[in-house]
Amino acid sequence: MEDLLKILEENAQVSTADIAARLDRTEDEVKRQIQQLEEDKIILAYKALVDDDKAGRDYVKAVIEVKISPERDGGFDRLAARIAKYDQVQDCYLMSGSYDLMVVVQGSTLRQVASFVSEKLASIDGVHSTATHFMLKTYKEQGTLYEQQSFDQRLKVSP
Amino acid sequence: MTVQNKQSYVADHIRDIPRSGIRDFFEIVQSMDDVISLGIGEPDFVTPWHIREAAIYALEKGKTGYTSNLGTPQLRRDISKYVEKNFGMSYDPKTEILVSVGVSEALDIALRAVLNPGDEVLFHEPCYVSYHPSVLLAHGVAVGVPTRAEMNFSLTVEDLIPHVTGKTKVLMLNFPTNPTGATMPAEELDKIAAFCVEHDILVITDEIYSELTYEGKHESIATRPDMRERTIFLHGFSKAFAMTGFRVGYACAPVELTEAMMRIHQYSMLCASIISQEAASEALRNGEPAMIEMRDSYKQRRNYLASKLNEMGLKCHLPRGSFYLFPSIEATGLSSRDFSLKLLEERKVAVVPGDAFGVSGQGFVRCSFATSMEEIQEAAENMADFIKNL
Repeated sequence: MEDLLKILEENAQVSTADIAARLDRTEDEVKRQIQQLEEDKIILAYKALVDDDKAGRDYVKAVIEVKISPERDGGFDRLAARIAKYDQVQDCYLMSGSYDLMVVVQGSTLRQVASFVSEKLASIDGVHSTATHFMLKTYKEQGTLYEQQSFDQRLKVSP
Repeated sequence: MTVQNKQSYVADHIRDIPRSGIRDFFEIVQSMDDVISLGIGEPDFVTPWHIREAAIYALEKGKTGYTSNLGTPQLRRDISKYVEKNFGMSYDPKTEILVSVGVSEALDIALRAVLNPGDEVLFHEPCYVSYHPSVLLAHGVAVGVPTRAEMNFSLTVEDLIPHVTGKTKVLMLNFPTNPTGATMPAEELDKIAAFCVEHDILVITDEIYSELTYEGKHESIATRPDMRERTIFLHGFSKAFAMTGFRVGYACAPVELTEAMMRIHQYSMLCASIISQEAASEALRNGEPAMIEMRDSYKQRRNYLASKLNEMGLKCHLPRGSFYLFPSIEATGLSSRDFSLKLLEERKVAVVPGDAFGVSGQGFVRCSFATSMEEIQEAAENMADFIKNL
């Protein structure tokens, strides 16, 4: 399974026939395994990784450090799930260290992100404080470098 | 006085060395555009960043001088540990390990250190292009031992027997093999070892592809009884850690042999580049995860390309090691060279004619899968089309 997941994580568009040849399995077997992984929610989604700058999108992204108070039953989970539900929230992680949640928020303007933080996030019961850091430039995302230097400089034939 | 024949300045044994078949072919390929090449004998990965970074750091620290002839003490200690852990042989980093400029140099000085003029050297064919000329350069007599496709090109004692004479001094081994991807079954390795002990043959074993073993564990002949004392073990960084351009390899052998190789190395090469040696140390200490990642990737490409080649009627075994497939092209009725040229001209796919690796490679071509999956897919499609329309 791990080898199958690795291939799909690298490129989710590889055909099942090609995966079968690479892993020395039958195509039916591969299809079944993928289906199982999807049913078990091990594979959650297939998405394209887009360079927003090149696509001409002026998105604003911010990382927000959020301090919240844990609850008697469930700790941070209920509040975290509530925050994660907002469409503006792209990622939400529970962290160790000086704050509790790291929340990545995306909006179309700086004002939009700011008002989400002050009006929605900070006003939630149990949220003590927020610290917002705007992102300036992306160099690498999900293991993919934005500026790829992928030209093959090898000789065309070598012993 | 004018020189009549400048060739007469060239030493006889150099003039007699034939031009490499691969060079010829290389020049044709190089003159063409948009070629998809399965002809490249080096990893398509760039050296892992942490290793490149170690080389940069070495420069920053001002490490730009000579090192000990044998190599930096640090790298030799790292090699000693690595060889012990991964191969099960123990060599003293002070006296039994020599860092060379790639395995090519190690092979050259090993042969020069042990051969007297006229000594015979056995090596299994098809083999890496430099073996035959390296023996000639060391004034030895090169004796190619053909291996067979039905044995997946591994070497048997039966193959060796007809070629052994009173003058046989050395057996050269290269498993996993470039160009065939052959590996040695453990029992057969036992027999070859016993045969070498019985006939007092010294073994020079080039195990550069050993990390790229996909099934089972690679075993070195030096681990067999009484073999350590009669083996020069050669290894390097180019294939496992994608470090071809760093030019760094090593030889491990008993003191007397290491000392003999060192005498040549100190006056010809002096030492391997200190920057490369620093990078090599980093590779041995922290390079395993990246190496495994690359190996897993090669394995998938191997499976893919082997299944495609067999589908299109080019029969080939699934090599347990290296990054080469060596399919038979006999079914096409073409010679290795004609097949490769025609494929190149008509479909712009480069493979290397098998006879570039010795006469027993006739009827085969070498396809390297050290190329991106996308290129392999395109090459396989073009080849299948080519075969269909022959």
